[in-house]
Amino acid sequence: MIKRRSAVYELLKNRKDTIVINGLGGTCWDVASLGDNDLNFNVWGGMGNACMIGLGLALAQPHQKIIVITGDGEMLMGLGSLATIGVHSPKNLSIVVFDNELYGETGAQKTHTSKGVSLKDIAIGAGIKNSHLIYKLSELKAFSDNINKITNLTFLQIKISKDNGEMTLPIRDGSYLKNRFRNALLGEQSLYE
Amino acid sequence: MSKTNTSSYLNWPLEIYKIFAKNNLIQIAYVPDAGHKSLIEYCEKDDKMKMISLTTEEEGMGLLAGAWLGGDKGTVLMQSSGLGNCINALASITIACNFPLLMVITMRGEWNEFNPWQVPMGSSTEKVLSALNIVTTRCNYENEVTETVNAMLGLAYKSNCVTAVLLSQRLIGAKSFME
Repeated sequence: MIKRRSAVYELLKNRKDTIVINGLGGTCWDVASLGDNDLNFNVWGGMGNACMIGLGLALAQPHQKIIVITGDGEMLMGLGSLATIGVHSPKNLSIVVFDNELYGETGAQKTHTSKGVSLKDIAIGAGIKNSHLIYKLSELKAFSDNINKITNLTFLQIKISKDNGEMTLPIRDGSYLKNRFRNALLGEQSLYE
Repeated sequence: MSKTNTSSYLNWPLEIYKIFAKNNLIQIAYVPDAGHKSLIEYCEKDDKMKMISLTTEEEGMGLLAGAWLGGDKGTVLMQSSGLGNCINALASITIACNFPLLMVITMRGEWNEFNPWQVPMGSSTEKVLSALNIVTTRCNYENEVTETVNAMLGLAYKSNCVTAVLLSQRLIGAKSFME
């Protein structure tokens, strides 16, 4: 089974100027383990909304590649957002769920994906045709090699092992993250708006 | 009531649309409400506006945060019960990060309400907003709408804060289930 840090490295190794929305919890630490980036938006709260932040960005910046990396627990809290995203199907958005079948931050309680709930099937049902369930790093490689190319709305459910990597905490202050991100993406003038 | 609106009929949904258009609001997110029907239709006809129908109002908090990160302005239209669906995302994303946001909320559960299940959330809406320190202005009359929406939108985007305009049930008319 894929280790989560191997998965995040594989996904973002050719990242360039791709925008990354880090869903709260383990995936936030995973993205942080690769180093800080002005085009990371570390989501520390509002569980279930990571994908919607991705949609708002994807609609505002149709020529920018955007990846939301989040966990199965976070995704399960916002299943309706998959339907909303499926309806709009922005070509520049990828949603990647690291699925360890548990709530890692609260004591490893099992999530519904451990009992047969398929996020990939839900995504397909929501209209995201390009949805895949991934078990092997070699399968993930096929996607990560093209990660910077704007192709189609993509949903990846990656089964990852239950072990965590070393804890790496990214910047927490939301206002700072927001302004830093806008400065990087839109330019300094955006801070004067 | 001394402040009864005696002017001729004012098309206030059109006035709200005009304010949205003039201020370049692009992402118009909504969960439909009968009181927002005309406004939604005006916005739908505007090619510059992206209409995003939500499965739950909470999605609008993430959406508009992402929109702002990408340089788009917008708003969320909802009814008072929808505010209840938003609270954690509103507090933990929008307010925690000082994202600008205008919510336009049609009121239920007051003024000749037919459905008792609407009353607890409707009658708590202002208190919930107040508990979150959200600047909230209520419109009871047609002639208050234009100025209020303009001011609350300006406050949200000029001062990076959350504002709410409540369109009262008196203004929009109590929903009739008999029609």
